[in-house]
Parts: sequence; structure tokens; C-alpha cells
Amino acid sequence: MTIASKRPTQRRFTRDEFENRFFGIIRWLVIAGLLIVTVFPFYYMGLLSVRSLGDVLNNPGALWVGINDLSFGAYTRALVSVADGGEGFLGFMRNSAVLALSTVALTLAVSIPGSYAVSRLRFFGRRHVSALFLSVYLFPSILLAVPLFVFFTRVGLRGSLIAVVLVYVSQTIAVSIYMLRNYFETIPVSLEEAAALDGASRLGIMRRISLPLAMPAIVANGLFVFMVAWNEFLFALLFLVTDRDSWTVSLGLSQLTGNSIEVPTTVLMAASVLTTIPIVIIFFASERLLTEGLTSGAEKG
Amino acid sequence: MTSRNTPDGTGIAPVPSGEVNAARTRRVKPNTLRRAEARAGLALISPTVIIVVAVVVLPIIWSISLAFQKVKLINLRSSGVFGNYVLDNFESVISAPGFVDTLVTTVIYSVFGTGASIALGLSATLALRRSFRGRGLVRSVMLLPYVAPVVAVTFVWQTLLSPQFGFINHWGERLLGWSEPIAFLTEKTRDVSFFGLTFHIPTALVMVILFEAWRQFPFAFLFLMARLQAIPGSLEEAARVDGATISQRFRYIIWPQLLPTVAVLGVLRFIWTFTSFDDIYLLTGGGAGTEVISVRVYQFLTGRGDVGLASAQALVIAIVLAVMVGVYVRFFGKKEADST
Repeated sequence: MTIASKRPTQRRFTRDEFENRFFGIIRWLVIAGLLIVTVFPFYYMGLLSVRSLGDVLNNPGALWVGINDLSFGAYTRALVSVADGGEGFLGFMRNSAVLALSTVALTLAVSIPGSYAVSRLRFFGRRHVSALFLSVYLFPSILLAVPLFVFFTRVGLRGSLIAVVLVYVSQTIAVSIYMLRNYFETIPVSLEEAAALDGASRLGIMRRISLPLAMPAIVANGLFVFMVAWNEFLFALLFLVTDRDSWTVSLGLSQLTGNSIEVPTTVLMAASVLTTIPIVIIFFASERLLTEGLTSGAEKG
Repeated sequence: MTSRNTPDGTGIAPVPSGEVNAARTRRVKPNTLRRAEARAGLALISPTVIIVVAVVVLPIIWSISLAFQKVKLINLRSSGVFGNYVLDNFESVISAPGFVDTLVTTVIYSVFGTGASIALGLSATLALRRSFRGRGLVRSVMLLPYVAPVVAVTFVWQTLLSPQFGFINHWGERLLGWSEPIAFLTEKTRDVSFFGLTFHIPTALVMVILFEAWRQFPFAFLFLMARLQAIPGSLEEAARVDGATISQRFRYIIWPQLLPTVAVLGVLRFIWTFTSFDDIYLLTGGGAGTEVISVRVYQFLTGRGDVGLASAQALVIAIVLAVMVGVYVRFFGKKEADST
């Protein structure tokens, strides 16, 4: 570089220099473009939720809102129950939270021992079990939708919390085991062996040594499962659509956008913000844990 | 263990008296330990296996059996596992109007959706490679489309693209001189003249592919970034010393290292896009030439209540998918073997 710049008369542009400059510019253009494209829809969502409906219809191209024109009426209407003239999103959020938390609890209760077994213990069929989980992870949920819908309709449990939680657990369990197993494998076995020499039982080792060490991964995993369950749409649509009182936020939003003539766009935008906010908060709080948990093992190719 | 580490290093302990006894206990004890370990392992894994078998494996098997029976939601109670097995459902699935169109749409949607999301993810990975102030924040923000609730983001897209009061049409008419608003999500095709040539653009299909690329590129970005960070810097440093330019270093050093990850991402994203339901159902409802197979399954199931038909349609997806992925893996695996 320095040599080339000292002799500008000899050759104006080497290929290297050209590429350095070219990609130096392209790089920033790509970053700026991608940032705008990813952020703008979320910004617009927030913007519409605090503007008044008439204002939006008059000028849909506005990029900001004056302090005086701020209105939070859309949020009130979205949150308040139907009986009080609102859309009842507070109830939907409660349903989603209950569903998601139950899913997290059950998934962790099942996958912590499961992943511990897969990573630490030798037993018959261990390899088959791993293959089974991989195929479950890859298996598309639309293909499961038909039999599960029919089964739960037949036993009369469609629309019950238990059915939906069970289905959600089956959707998240494979990733959960994969993430936790990868983490357990990074904990040195010698720690557990030391505890075993000191006379700790298998369960004692799990509870006192392995679990505390794996806590970061367990927390990340719990948050991930929460996000999946909160965002889930297909099974909520199939199982819960008949009874408005058991709608989740995702289902509620999709059902109300279907007939948006009755519900103003601004109210639905407020509802979208309410649906998205918990996820964004959890995501930013746990981003590092999550991305590391998801991609660990991917470095190997 | 300790008896092996004898001072003379031969491994033969000079204490013959207790050796027989010790050997016996050594032989027996690992066995019981091993058995205890196996028992503990099975006990710990069994809840997971039970749930997976009950909620995933058995339903799949049952679904296959349903595909060969004439079952509707109404006469569901009267049908058993051993009903009359017939091929009628498959005939109906294949001869139903629009079957081929739907299949073609699904393939186009998956191929372009997968390709675009991986290409975008790769651009993001390369652009964000060198560190700068605020890179961490930029990176997290770029993951937002992937983690945000699909219902919320599809609604924002619908609003942005709306022909009545959409942001895009508003500025398109003012800045780009569009004569009339474009109904992005409800218009099947549009003729666009470009340098005197006229193209038929499937408007709605292009939009759902763009949406797919937008929502899924962070997934590729995440995995490619993890892979890129694991490439030792010395390789590229050596190439730089030898005078390789940026594009050459990418072509001959970075790309070959990323290729296996790209290949795996390609398979994963293809499988998930091929069977994805939420995005298209929420954006267009399967209208305007965007009906994909999974939307069809949903309509057979809930609209017509025809369980057998829906199962058969789902089975057809699974078979087509398995064949395509099989061909891809075969082809790619062969190419991989040739290049090494």
C-alpha cells in the first residue's frame, strides 16, 4: 500500500487497490441497506401504533410523528377486554404467557435429563436416539398438523391447554436437547468424576455439579423455547381458533387482521407491537447466550 | 487404575497375593457400573422418547394410514385403524384442479426463497466481518426479522404494501411516478417493460419470496458468521502476503471453507421453506398464484374436513421433498467427493 502510494505516476490503480476501495464502499452500502431493510418495518410498526387513524389515512408516507400528534388510544383499545369495547389483547397475552411458560417448564423438565443422558451416559440405543431427535427437528410441522388435529379432535382434547402444550413441547424438544447436549459436552467429565470419588450419587452429581455449571445454557434454552412457543401460529390456529377466550396473541392478531374493516389498522399495529415487544426484550437480553447455543457445533462445518 | 502405574513402568505389580481377588472384582464391578449407567441413561432419556414417540412418531404412522382411507372429520369416529385401504385419495390429490400449479409454485418459492436468503445472509456475513464501532448492535438488530413473531411482521408488510394507504405505494406514486397503486399481494401477474422487452412478473409470488428472504436471511447469517470466525486468520494472511486481492481471497480461501455450511443451510432452508405455511397463509392466504402445498393441506383439512385427502396431500409433500433432498445430497455429496 505505502509503496504503491509513493509511486502514483507508475500505475494509477492496481487491481488490489481498486478492489480494496471498491469493496470498502460496497461494504458500507450493504450494511446500510440491510439495516434499513431490517429495522424499517419495526419502526413503521411502532410509528403507526402511536398515530391517529385519520392522520395515517391522510398521509401514509409520513416518517415521523409530532409530539402533539402522539396518541396512545390504540394501545388502550387493543388491551381492554371485548366487554369494555376493546379487543382483549391483555387476555391473549395472558394465554400466550401461560402456554409459553408451561411449554418451557415441561420442555426443560424433560430435556435436561435427556440431554445429560445423551452426552454422558452409555446406554443401549444412544445413537438411535440422537438420530431420532435430528429427524424430529427436521420434520416439518405441517405434516404433523393433520394427524394431531384429527387425534385431538377425536379424543375431545382439541382446544385444551394440555394438547397445545404437548404439541409445542414436541416441537421444541429436539432443539433443546441438541443445545443442552452441546453444552454438557464442554463441561469436563473430571469434575463429575471427582464428585463421584467423594461418594456423590448420580443424581447428586447432576444436581450439585452439572446443573449449576450448565445454568447459562439452560437459561438460554428456556428463553429460546419461550420465544418459539410465543411466536407459534399454525397449531394455535388449528387447535384454539374456535374459542376466542383461549386465543394466543399471534392467533388473536391474525384473526383480527383478517377482518380489518372493523378494527382500525392503528389498533392492530399497537397489538403487533405488544406481540413483538416481549420477544425483542428477551432477545436483546439473551442474544449472546442464544446465538452461541444455537450455532455451537456449527463451526465444525 | 493405580496398580498399573508401577515404579518400574512395566505395568506388572509385584504383589501377587491379592491380585486374583482384585482382578475378579475389577471384572465384575465395571460390569455392574456399566449396567447402572445404562439403566440411568435409559431412565433419564425415556420421558423425552415417550413424548417424541407419542406426539411425533405415532401420528406420522397414523397419518400414513389415514392417507389410504376415505375419512372425513364427520365420520371420524366410525373409522378404525383397519379400515378399507384404497388409493382414491392419491387419485383425488393428483387429479384435483391446480395440483401441478401448486407444486410448481412451491418449488419456485422454495428454490428462490432459499437461494435469496442464503445470498443475503452471506452478504451480511462478509460485510460485517471486520469489526467497527457498534458492530455488535448492528448484528443483533439484523437478527430481528428471524426472531420476531411472524404474525406481527406479516401484518406490517401487508400494511406497507397496501394499495390503499401503503407506504410503498404512497412514495412509489410520488417519487417513482407510478400511475396507479400496485396491489402487491393480490395481483397475480404484471407486465413490466424493460428496455423494450416485456416481462410477465408474478407480483404476489415475488413478494412472498422477498418476504421469505427478509425473514430467513438472519438464520444463514448466524451460521455463516459462526463458521467464518472459526477459519484461521493465518491462511488469509498468507494469501495477502502473496498478493491475492479481496475477491481472490474470497474465491480461493473463504468460499471453499464456507461451502459445506452453505450446503447444509441449503438443505435445511429448502426443507423448511418447502413446507412452510405461516408466511404465505398470513401474507396472501394462498391467493394470487401463491398457493403452496402446505396451504392446500390446511384447506383440505379445515375447509373440506377431508382428513384422508389432507393426509394424502401431506404424504405427497413428504415424498416429493424426500426425493428432491435425496437428489441434492447425492449430487452434492458426489461433487464434494470429486473436489477433495
